[in-house]
Amino acid sequence: MKAFPLVAGLLIATSAAVETPVLTVYAPDYFASEWGPGPGIEAAFEARCGCDLVYKTGELLPRLLLEGARTEADVAIGFNSDITKKARESGLFAPHGLDISALTLPVEWSDDTFLPFNYSHTAFIYDNTKLSEPLSSFDALLEAPDDLRLVIQDPRSSISGLALVLWMNHVYGDKSAEAWAKLAPKIVTVTKGWSESYGMFTDGEADMVLSYTTSPAYHIIAEDDPSKSAAIFEEGHYFMVELAAKLAGTDNADLADQFMAFILTEEFQSMIPTSNWSFPAALSEAKWPEGFRELPVPETVLFYNEDEAAALRDEAIEAWRSALSQ
Amino acid sequence: MAQRALPIGAALLVAGMVILPVTAVFWRGGGPGTLGPADWAALRFTLWQAALSAALSTALAIPVARALSRRRFPGRSGLVALMGAPFILPVIVAILGLLAVFGGNGLINRIGAPLGLPRLDIYGYHGVILAHVFFNLPLAVRLILQGWLSIPAERFRLAASLDAPVWRVLERPMLRRVCPGAFGVIFVICLGSFAVALTLGGGPRATTVELAIYQAFRFDFDLGKAATLAVLQLCLGLGAGALALRLAPREGFGTGLDRLTDRWDGRGRLPRVIDALWILLAAAFLLAPLGAVALSGLPGLPALPAEVWSAAARSLALALGATALTLALALPLLSAPGEVAALLGISVSGLVLGTGYFLLLQPLIRPAEVALPVTMLVNALMALPFVIRILRPGLEAARADYGRLAAALGLTGWRLWRIVYLPRLRRPLGFAAGLTAALSMGDLGVITLFADGDTATLPLQVYRLMGSYQMEAARAAALLLLALSLGLFWGFDRGGRANAAI
Amino acid sequence: MLRFDDLLVRQGGFDLTANITIPAGITALIGPSGAGKSTLLNVIAGFVPAASGRVLWHDTEITTRPPAQRPVAMLFQDNNLFAHLSLTENLALALTRKRPTASERARMEAALERVGLPGLGARKPAELSGGQQSRVALARVLLQSRPLVLLDEPFAALGPALKIEMLDLVAEVAGEDGLQVLMVSHDPQDALRIATRSAVVSDGSVAAPEPTAELLRSPPAALARYLGVHSGPGKE
Repeated sequence: MKAFPLVAGLLIATSAAVETPVLTVYAPDYFASEWGPGPGIEAAFEARCGCDLVYKTGELLPRLLLEGARTEADVAIGFNSDITKKARESGLFAPHGLDISALTLPVEWSDDTFLPFNYSHTAFIYDNTKLSEPLSSFDALLEAPDDLRLVIQDPRSSISGLALVLWMNHVYGDKSAEAWAKLAPKIVTVTKGWSESYGMFTDGEADMVLSYTTSPAYHIIAEDDPSKSAAIFEEGHYFMVELAAKLAGTDNADLADQFMAFILTEEFQSMIPTSNWSFPAALSEAKWPEGFRELPVPETVLFYNEDEAAALRDEAIEAWRSALSQ
Repeated sequence: MAQRALPIGAALLVAGMVILPVTAVFWRGGGPGTLGPADWAALRFTLWQAALSAALSTALAIPVARALSRRRFPGRSGLVALMGAPFILPVIVAILGLLAVFGGNGLINRIGAPLGLPRLDIYGYHGVILAHVFFNLPLAVRLILQGWLSIPAERFRLAASLDAPVWRVLERPMLRRVCPGAFGVIFVICLGSFAVALTLGGGPRATTVELAIYQAFRFDFDLGKAATLAVLQLCLGLGAGALALRLAPREGFGTGLDRLTDRWDGRGRLPRVIDALWILLAAAFLLAPLGAVALSGLPGLPALPAEVWSAAARSLALALGATALTLALALPLLSAPGEVAALLGISVSGLVLGTGYFLLLQPLIRPAEVALPVTMLVNALMALPFVIRILRPGLEAARADYGRLAAALGLTGWRLWRIVYLPRLRRPLGFAAGLTAALSMGDLGVITLFADGDTATLPLQVYRLMGSYQMEAARAAALLLLALSLGLFWGFDRGGRANAAI
Repeated sequence: MLRFDDLLVRQGGFDLTANITIPAGITALIGPSGAGKSTLLNVIAGFVPAASGRVLWHDTEITTRPPAQRPVAMLFQDNNLFAHLSLTENLALALTRKRPTASERARMEAALERVGLPGLGARKPAELSGGQQSRVALARVLLQSRPLVLLDEPFAALGPALKIEMLDLVAEVAGEDGLQVLMVSHDPQDALRIATRSAVVSDGSVAAPEPTAELLRSPPAALARYLGVHSGPGKE
């Protein structure tokens, strides 16, 4: 520390001792940022718990696995169902003990450890002022002319990219390799994460981008821009859910339980749509904001549970990789 | 001998700072992981693109640096500074800037389409190479330009008086000395490429070793494999470094007395036109994407959220700290073993390095508390090879010219540095400091692993904004980042050149 | 008095031996280029190590001393002044490790005056002519006040008139301050002008110094070949 007096001073100043109990919540970077749902949730929870909620951000699961039992986290929020198997096997998490019958997910959910707090569906977003005839099925997308330009995310580095290969696998099964071969010429490029893809799409670099059915809501509500739509496919859309869990080794079990219960409250849930830009996991549709109620949603929701996802993952990624490497 | 002990000790220290964290990751991962055919394919692609990118960047830099070294025109120094900017740009900003010019909907296609020109498709191997040349041409130009400026004016005078071919007697030997080092450094940088290669490569064909590391770390949590791949990177980087050092001949030029370099060659009309063309082409290639970034960032600038400004202040402090640390590490390392040790730092994945430090520090201290210092250290390790590459020729020249005089006068240790070497190195020191500051300013790096809400840096804030649909604010923040990086670079570089001894 | 006691210097495939004494006064080293004249100076100054044998200054062995701790001040062929330092800063290095005191400043000014450059202390070397630079370098040597001065052809780049002027200046100040001078020279006229004795360096060895005028009148064979004259009687 001696080598960094300036920074050390800064750190000491920011970590001054606090009397009130502290609930440490690990979250992905977007969640805790000023533009994510984190700050609103923090204020609302602190108002009822008389505690100090502190977010620690970073790569959620890798960081927890690195820290192991030594972790300071009381609660971790922001997991994705496609990778919870590894998280569960670590033994770091404890059952939440909550009644989850009030969940409003479009799929069956009975997990006693990982608690959903929002969901959406993987979907391709397009500009409806440029693409006047929407594609109504995955088949139609595969058969579309090759000058339709798509940008997607890499399943090896991005959770939405992983969802796409599982989606393809769910729709086309053994035939996914052929499906990928048909899709490949339309794929302009593959990016490391969602942000790069979406930036390229809004810059006009692609006609469609892999994102979520809830993405248009942001443009409609925050920007008053109705030109972005999600193409709804009749084969169904892959389900994306974000989860929270309590750490087994928490030394703030009461606060952690309170927070887990808070997730299911209307106060928490009603903050989700316009800060996380996704569907709340436990809130009836009537209580959604206007822009969300009108969003087109798929009739069929496709989903692999964590065991299926873990078993299929390598095969699904390989189908993608070999088709796009041609 | 005591004089050799310091460089060797410093080299071992730096090597340790790299090897220790990698070992920690290995140990935690339970030994080496197994590599599949996809990993070997990634390795082949990584090597191929790095070699080609480095060769092209170096080759193209030669005529550009030559033109810049022998032409005086208004705004020349400003242009030289600005042309350095791509090298210090955060990857995501650079990609968007490149696409605004070369993309499907970019400037070139928008101009070309009405003229009936075939559509330019940037995605593919050529896109990767184009992006890497965009990033690294500025570095190559600066390194080679420095070589040109290090040829004393007297030599040009002598060559002119003898009507000797300047290229053969002065320039080619200089290039033989400078180019292998430039190639080596750029090769090693391109080894670590990930997001650029993937995005512009158009898909998994352009998979690099760094992406395999990221996958192993993030999804598989296979630390053994991540560390194995990192060691592979390390060996490649060291191999390239050792080769570059071997290829570079030892001899240098003596200094003349300090006068402005006047040239007597290249005075005809044709050489002038060719030089002007090279400068224009390079400037357009490097500056157009920057202009696009600036233009798209302007609208959001007035409404930038306060968090962006505080992140900017944090990034500035981080950059200055990293600069001081880098120079402190670099000065005792200005030797061949030092240069090899320093190459370790850039060869190895920042992700693995950060994870290693996380593992090492965890038993002692909460990693989040040292997020900024660790980021600073990793930034310093990453910048070291450039700094050493930049400073070494100058130091060797100063040593050759004044070593005996200094020894005769009993100048040793810190006094020798203060009175002789530092003033002689002022110009490259300014450049090196500017480069380090700008690089750490733009580095996203390991902070993502450790950062908490209140330790976010400016590049991280750009990503956060993009991840929250705040594209306009993200572009404005990117512009701010670009301006600050350039400002730091320009300030240091300028400080080094103003009234500089050489 | 400088003495080489069975001195052997090895540089690459080249050997140089010396087993002679050089008495006080000004002595020139003459001989064909590449014979090892500069190498010998560098051994005395401590820049090139001796393979065996000893270098003695007034019976004190200095063979392994670091350069700065030898009784030696040296003028090189070039780079005698730090180009980025002013003349005063250059001269101060000969006197002190700290900021020069008032009396040291006075000494520097006096030295500049002595070499004919009063009041130019604030200038940088590049602002001076070649001859003036040589004078400053000589002023520095004077301030170093070392009893043995080595000249490795520092005036080779000057014109004939300037060179003669500088040589005379060296002879003058050396005489006044009682300094011993050892100079390398290509030009026998230089030696003749100021060196009372000269030593021939050739074929890998250094001969004992002899009075310059006599030596040049009847040169030994190696020197004669170098000078392009016939060797004198009785020397073959």
